[in-house]
Amino acid sequence: MRLTCPHCGERDLREFAARGSAVVLSRPSAGASAEEWADYLHIRDNPAGEARDLFYHTPCGLWIEVTRSTITHAVIAARPVREAKP
Amino acid sequence: MRLEGRGQIDRDHPVRFTFDGRVIDAFRGDTVASALMANDIRVVGRSFKYHRPRGLYSAGSDEPNALVTTGRGRDALPNVRATMQEVWEGLDVTSQNRWPSLTRDVGAINDLFSPFLAAGFYYKTFMWPRAFWERVYEPLIRRAAGLGRLSGEAARDASEKAFAHCDVLVIGSGPAGLMAALTAARAGADVILAEEDSHMGGRLLSETDTIGGLSGPQWVGSVLNELTALPNVRVMERTTVTGAYDQGTYGALERVSLHRPPGRAPRECFWRIAATRTILAAGALERGVAFPGNDRPGVMLASALRTYVNRWGVAPGQSAVVWGNTDTAHRTARDLASAGIHVAAVIDARADATTTGDWPFYPGGEVLSTQGRLGLKGLQVRHGRREFTVWTDCLAVSGGWNPSVHLASHIGSRPVWRDDIQAFVAGPEPVPGMDVAGAANGIFDTAGCLADGLRAGNVAVQAIGLETHSPDLPDAEATPYAITPLWEVEGKGRAWLDLQNDVTTKDVRLAAQENFRSPEHMKRYTTQGMSPDQGKGSNVTALAVLAAATGATVAATGTTTYRPPFVPVTISAMGAGAKGKGFAPERFTPAHAAAVELGAPMIEAGLWYRPSFFPLSGERVWRESCDREVRMVRESVGVTEVSTLGKIEVMGPDAGTFLDVVYTNTMSSLAVGKVRYGLMLREDGHVMDDGTVARLSEDRFVLTTTTAAAAEVMRHLDFVAQGLRPGLNLRTVSVTEQWAQFAVAGPRSEALVRSILDDPAAGVLPFMGCTEASISGTGVRVFRISFSGEKGYEIAIPSDRGEALWRLLLAHARMLGGGPYGLEALNVLRIEKGFLTHAEMNGRSTAFDLGLQGMMSAKKDFIGKALAARPGLLGETREQLVGLRPVGAARMLTAGAYLFGEGAAATREAQQGFTTSVAWSPTLDTFLGLAFLVNGRARHGERLRMVDHMRNVEALVEVGPPCAFDPDGGRMRG
Repeated sequence: MRLTCPHCGERDLREFAARGSAVVLSRPSAGASAEEWADYLHIRDNPAGEARDLFYHTPCGLWIEVTRSTITHAVIAARPVREAKP
Repeated sequence: MRLEGRGQIDRDHPVRFTFDGRVIDAFRGDTVASALMANDIRVVGRSFKYHRPRGLYSAGSDEPNALVTTGRGRDALPNVRATMQEVWEGLDVTSQNRWPSLTRDVGAINDLFSPFLAAGFYYKTFMWPRAFWERVYEPLIRRAAGLGRLSGEAARDASEKAFAHCDVLVIGSGPAGLMAALTAARAGADVILAEEDSHMGGRLLSETDTIGGLSGPQWVGSVLNELTALPNVRVMERTTVTGAYDQGTYGALERVSLHRPPGRAPRECFWRIAATRTILAAGALERGVAFPGNDRPGVMLASALRTYVNRWGVAPGQSAVVWGNTDTAHRTARDLASAGIHVAAVIDARADATTTGDWPFYPGGEVLSTQGRLGLKGLQVRHGRREFTVWTDCLAVSGGWNPSVHLASHIGSRPVWRDDIQAFVAGPEPVPGMDVAGAANGIFDTAGCLADGLRAGNVAVQAIGLETHSPDLPDAEATPYAITPLWEVEGKGRAWLDLQNDVTTKDVRLAAQENFRSPEHMKRYTTQGMSPDQGKGSNVTALAVLAAATGATVAATGTTTYRPPFVPVTISAMGAGAKGKGFAPERFTPAHAAAVELGAPMIEAGLWYRPSFFPLSGERVWRESCDREVRMVRESVGVTEVSTLGKIEVMGPDAGTFLDVVYTNTMSSLAVGKVRYGLMLREDGHVMDDGTVARLSEDRFVLTTTTAAAAEVMRHLDFVAQGLRPGLNLRTVSVTEQWAQFAVAGPRSEALVRSILDDPAAGVLPFMGCTEASISGTGVRVFRISFSGEKGYEIAIPSDRGEALWRLLLAHARMLGGGPYGLEALNVLRIEKGFLTHAEMNGRSTAFDLGLQGMMSAKKDFIGKALAARPGLLGETREQLVGLRPVGAARMLTAGAYLFGEGAAATREAQQGFTTSVAWSPTLDTFLGLAFLVNGRARHGERLRMVDHMRNVEALVEVGPPCAFDPDGGRMRG
């Protein structure tokens, strides 16, 4: 698999570290309930179709949000997490 | 036998090799298969299950019978297809699955028991008694299983891997592939043309029809001349594309040097090719017919016989019968006759077929059975109502052609059935970016293949945004393809489908009868298509037999799933470069060589290598050196390298605010020139890592991490900075490799540090202070921190000066009665003090467990704060860090042992905790341990049993605080 790092261009998957769903960008605020934290930490959708996942491009240190299809494995888009809306 | 004046072999270059020890004469350009045929060797292998004698059946990678082993020992390669192995002087070829020899094989006795060995035999027989499963049945089956054997010796590390990128990947170099490559190349696309064979050209090398007024090989040569002269084309022969993967990625196995004596070149190379567009022009594979006795040596595919006669100038005998259901079979008769071989009969399954040749012709006829033992002698033929015997050495058979849709089906697309050609073809764009052309696309005449290759080439050119430049199409053979179904002939005797796994039509019918009616079930029940050839020649025929047995059409029956690889790939090729240091590269610290010079044994720490101790002459075991080094640090001064620690700089106006988010304690309040110990949690509330934070200036911090967690912490910091706090203004950078770092510890450490600094006054630092200084003009960072419990410093210097500083530190340390210490002593020193490593921060422990709950700030939010406060992570039920000392005459403590109440049984139910780190403390003259113990902080003074069931060690221990030495830290603050 190849992903496109917005800094460096198309790169082999071996240069990236995966970190699962992009929902971890939506961190609950300090006073959140235990349920909110449990959702944030443990509960994940398993979509058939578009999924947003986070990858770290180790050589340049950029975290990116990759939109890809879990059905076709097509990589649809990639952008820095700084620009991703939680 | 060899045919005079035919073939593309080089008769000026004789080559000799051995087959089962017998010297075989061949010519350059021969394969092992063609050379064996030239020498009239008919039995080339024994079948898997019944050890039936088998002969050459095909001329390509679909060969089911002629599997051989090449080379011996480290160089041995089993299950090499003799049809693919080119001969070279001295090549050593051995036949397989026979004992003592190919023609006298004891295993053939299995054939007598074949009525008992039908499909499902294993499932039904090896059920009971249960105790026999592992001890009797499995060894028995394992011994009988497999064709070639591994030598048992480690293979020479002789393969490589490589990566390639292109606009257009063309798979196969027959008329369609060549025309597609030419079209794409002329338009300026970057083209890779991959061909499995040793020579480009596909069927054009094996047929006698002209193309553009030239012979097939001549025309191929002219196209290749143009392609190889173009800078944008890479022509790869001996390269089998083995699998299609996501995003236009293809695996390909190149047989780099298997066609010549072993030399410096790699044996094989496994390629990963990324292509924008792919044209699958892999051609078609001819299929046989399942009829009684069809596995007799001498029965072979009609197209393969043409290949042997036309390309290599060899024939399996003096006479041949041709039997088929399309016009392509008639070409075999024509070429045989022109080569001087007697055509004893031509049989065409089509009742309305005609022939142009001067031979006995039987339209609408069929072959009923074969005769002969180690080779074909005669055939029983039916024509109309008449049955008669035809005496012949060879039967060339064709049941039609199966387009090679394997690669088109690798990522989920199912092939579709076409009634008009009685075959499966790929659906439209079966793999994103892939187009299928030529015979692989169900087009079986040369002119049609050329036109389809041109079409596919232009589609690819347009898709990548180039202008098309269509080459002219040469005149070529354009016979229409008319076929009648011809799958099997039922009769007395076994009719074989999968020749490698000995699957018969009867086995498939038995599967259907026992309700294994789907292709996937039938495959697993009969093992049809599960051999090294993956049923290339037999699967579709087996599906047709299954369809007939279940009353369904072939179209409705469908296929089994095609999976990579298309041909067997050696593990050594697929994993090339990933053994030993390729798997785990070595990371050396700046002073590595200097430590090795001192005779220090190295110990692996992740990918790093660290000195475990520095032996002096007379020291016989590591403990002697380790104890001495510990005493040295406690009494004078020791120096050790800590460059492997992760070092991260955090810069910017918001750096302090950011560090407050990632550390449990407050870092923004740290004064410039000060260092603070810090603890990082994971969001789930467990400890991630610890380390120090030093503030070099108002907006510049330098962090250390543990060696093991350096990469994880870097990722984590970047995640928090970019993903959770994108509004903060800061930058992070890893400087682990830029700075060498050395710890100087002991009562005389200050004297040592002062003696080497350009300005000795800079060495007068308060505990947990830091400063920038210089040594011989080189800027260094000095930190007054301690992991030993002694007064200590760490000095960081740019990596290229690391070794020089190490030597300088050692020289000065020795003058003060000190010296170097290694990882073992470092570990003892920290256990005496109860300091942590990842043995304690084990991924399950919390700050509370470690007794560090006081470091969790109540005034601010930080990663892990909310979930560290979960009820289950606090309180008496938690296993808490404690120190242990043996009581009485204990032999030793061990790490990983369990703790039980004194007098309690050492059972899982009674388990109270476990030890994490242990050491012999020369300072305190006792063993010391660190352990997690349920409610441990409230149990100081209690006695427990420590039991190590694995090493059979038991000791009575007393619980105490983790810190066993200098609990007030007076020495450290010094």
